[in-house]
Amino acid sequence: MQYSDSLVPLIIIFMAMAGIFPIMLAGNKPSLRSKFIVGVAVLVFVTVAAQVPAIFGGQVLTCTLAKVLPGAWIKLRIDAMGLMFALVASFLWIFTSFYAIGYMGSLKEHAQTRFFVFFAIAIGAALGVAFSANLLTLYLFYEVLSLSTYPLVAHDQTEEAYAAGRKYLTYLLGSSIAFILPAIFLTYYYTGNLDFADNVRSGIFSGAVPPNVVRLIYVLCLFGFAKSAIMPLHRWLPAAMVAPTPVSALLHAVAVVKVGVFSTTRVMLYFFGVETMDSLGLGMPTAYFVSITIIVASMVALTKDNLKARLAYSTISQLSYIILGVALLTPQGISGGLIHIANHAFSKITLFFCAGAIFVASHKKNISDMNGLGRLMPFTFGAFAIASLSMIGAPPVAGFITKWYLFLGSLEAGQVGIILVLVASTMLNIGYFAPVVYRAFFASPMAGKSGEGLREAPLIMVIPLCCSAFISILIGFYPDFLMTFVKGVLG
Amino acid sequence: MNHNLPVLVLAFPLLAAFAVNLLGKISKKHVAPWTLASLILSAGTSLWVLKDVLQNGKFSYTVGGWMAPYGIELVLDPLSALMLVMVSWVALIATFSALPSIKKEMPGREHLFFSLYLILICGMMGLVITGDAFNLYVLLEITSITTYGLIAMGKGRAPLSSFNYIIMGTIGACFYLLGVGYLYLLTGTLNMADIASRLPALYESPTVATAFCFLIVGVWIKMAFFPLHGWLPNAYTYAPKGASVLVAPLMTKVSVFLMIRIMFSIYSPEYDFLMHLGIKNLVVWAATIAIVGASLIALTQKDFLKMLSYIVVAEVGYMVGGVWLANQEGLTGAIFHILNDSLMTLCFFLVASAIAYRTGSSRIADFRGLFQKMPLTMLALSVGALSVVGVPPTCGFFSKWYLLLGGVEAGQWEFVAALIFSSIVNAVLFYRVFEVAFSHSEEEPSLKFENSRILETSPMMIPPLVVIPVVLLVIGLSAGPLVREVIRLAVPAL
Repeated sequence: MQYSDSLVPLIIIFMAMAGIFPIMLAGNKPSLRSKFIVGVAVLVFVTVAAQVPAIFGGQVLTCTLAKVLPGAWIKLRIDAMGLMFALVASFLWIFTSFYAIGYMGSLKEHAQTRFFVFFAIAIGAALGVAFSANLLTLYLFYEVLSLSTYPLVAHDQTEEAYAAGRKYLTYLLGSSIAFILPAIFLTYYYTGNLDFADNVRSGIFSGAVPPNVVRLIYVLCLFGFAKSAIMPLHRWLPAAMVAPTPVSALLHAVAVVKVGVFSTTRVMLYFFGVETMDSLGLGMPTAYFVSITIIVASMVALTKDNLKARLAYSTISQLSYIILGVALLTPQGISGGLIHIANHAFSKITLFFCAGAIFVASHKKNISDMNGLGRLMPFTFGAFAIASLSMIGAPPVAGFITKWYLFLGSLEAGQVGIILVLVASTMLNIGYFAPVVYRAFFASPMAGKSGEGLREAPLIMVIPLCCSAFISILIGFYPDFLMTFVKGVLG
Repeated sequence: MNHNLPVLVLAFPLLAAFAVNLLGKISKKHVAPWTLASLILSAGTSLWVLKDVLQNGKFSYTVGGWMAPYGIELVLDPLSALMLVMVSWVALIATFSALPSIKKEMPGREHLFFSLYLILICGMMGLVITGDAFNLYVLLEITSITTYGLIAMGKGRAPLSSFNYIIMGTIGACFYLLGVGYLYLLTGTLNMADIASRLPALYESPTVATAFCFLIVGVWIKMAFFPLHGWLPNAYTYAPKGASVLVAPLMTKVSVFLMIRIMFSIYSPEYDFLMHLGIKNLVVWAATIAIVGASLIALTQKDFLKMLSYIVVAEVGYMVGGVWLANQEGLTGAIFHILNDSLMTLCFFLVASAIAYRTGSSRIADFRGLFQKMPLTMLALSVGALSVVGVPPTCGFFSKWYLLLGGVEAGQWEFVAALIFSSIVNAVLFYRVFEVAFSHSEEEPSLKFENSRILETSPMMIPPLVVIPVVLLVIGLSAGPLVREVIRLAVPAL
């Protein structure tokens, strides 16, 4: 790998965050503001995408901002793993921008400027996490993300929204201060270094650090990144569903939760390294521990009638797939885990977009009220069906690729238990997604609740959700592009 | 170096104090320009002094040409020069907020207030650069008496709070004076360097230990080291806003500096009593209790200023603990934290003054809708809060970092745990403020906006509110070079 100094990572983060100024200035002119919102998103995505050739060519771009502590600087870097996540987040930001403009406009929400400003800061912070070169920098952006999403979660400013916001910050800030900060500190104390390693094997802990200290730091990291919603630190996510749907879609399906699993896997691969994880026996316990989350969250999802709540528990379950894959510590398992960051993002954002579109069109939140809606909103429910297939892991949609590699990885690791978990989880996925699609298309509308006058949500919302569903299929057919990133990570 | 520079730093505010008092009698218009001009000159000169000390090393100045140990000696080493810069700049920035708030709170008496105010600043500057133990006592009394006066000028319970402070402050000063008395009996001198050179021969004497205890407890009362903090919360809450914005950021921090002076310039790390493991650990435990206790009390407060006061008390625990860890990292953290905490506290009290100016209230429940009404102020408060919680890259993170390193190195895990606990408590404290400030104010306008034509707050209060958050971030981002080039030099040799 070639390391080269570059201002690009800084510029990308700066662009996303500086995007708030034109949005603020155009606060009173909604149409101009919309143009800025989309413009910033496109600009950021194009700049991120422009880095792909260099990274595929084996380059790593680094940028040191401040030498704040000896051996622990505020430092950015773009490598394959970070770029893959940044690409997904910034790409979906464009869709979400269109969708959010439509959603917020249709519902005539209050304080829209504030909403879009904090949205931009949140994306900037997520990109910052993707481009962090060490744990200190990652922690910094991680906290910025927690704080900047609070006004989005509490957007409604009702008692329920405040309660959700309180829970949100308690879980996310509380766990990061109580666990991550000590982890950073212990690592620095024992190694004098916080930089991520340049490959996934060696990690930064030499043999000189007592094994139990490394284990402690590992456990602190696993629970500290509560954004990954591993049980029992998952409760903030269903609560955060009180936020407007675009927030649930981008932040609670892509940016925030993916920052959680990205941080966890980043630390597993580049901080501890496969070899250390292996020799300290950390991989399999982690895999089985997150298996609990996979199964239990799916079972909870079965019981939820509120569509967004069901999706939230589905997200909790699916996030743990990513950690499970990496914890297998085999090349196939890691591939399956990392590629699921992208696969789950495209599919789950589709599902949330659909939930929002259904709400805007019919003001319905509960699955039991959606009988027959599919015939009135064919595009929305069509996309929903495709994304559900992806969640289930059926070919040829993106989720199949994940399941394929996860199965291969478990075989490689020789873990029959994990295979059973994956099978059970697939069954549960079918159990909670199939009824939604079935009701929408085949069940007859309930008496007295005619769908008169009901039609699809505005085009500005329907087009993004169709696009993201289409991309899910595209990934299923052509996973090579994403696999190139994974190969870059595995070296 | 121009050898009169250190005295000039003090002379500007001292002379201006008289000018403000006399000219202020004629017209109140003279108060602001004289106060500001003297403080700007003083702050500028102090930077010059620091630069000189960092380049040319320690420097002592003999007042009036009388040589030590008979004359008054001013000692300018990297630590005291750093403190001098801190005091003069914080005072200058605080004044931008004090001028409008005092004009509003006590119209017609500004000249009286600001002459005391300037003498207090002068006294604090003297405290940090004096090299004489008895002069230190005199200056301690000057700062205390001016502070009593400033606090008593407030409304409501202010005189009573001031009276409490007088009692406690006097006890503290007496303790300190007794300690100095013992040292004088033993060594026959009052010059710190002179005492330090004679003491090692007497280290076995119990009188030396007695003197040490009196001196340390004396400054502990002055710095409100929990549980000797009783006087502080009321004094800072009921004082005129213009007084607390100056006193709160500086007085406790200067006292911590005095403790370092006593421990490392009068006594030395070789002094057995100081380094004795039992005592050392005990004080760090006391600091731990201070942090946890004050943090818990802060949780129960409904008044913003009271809450801030208890945070100040908890932070004193940080610094005392850091110093008594008595290792390189702990002292680095403590000295860095003196600087950071004074800036953070300044930030909070600037915000509190700005809010009080606009709404006339400091109750957290009255903060509804402040994010809409005073966005700049709340932005400043957000940065300050992040810093006190210890989120990088704000400066609070880095001093806490060194304190943690020192705690681990000394094996004082209870102190480490207390620091993390206090971070979490601070997060909760400020979260509650922000939640109220974030909520709507349309339905029930609980804010008593006295003047709806004001945009944010008094225009004069705006520049500090913009500058201080930036400073908190800049210090954080430049923590590496700052520690390497300045703070490490200021750490006493161990």
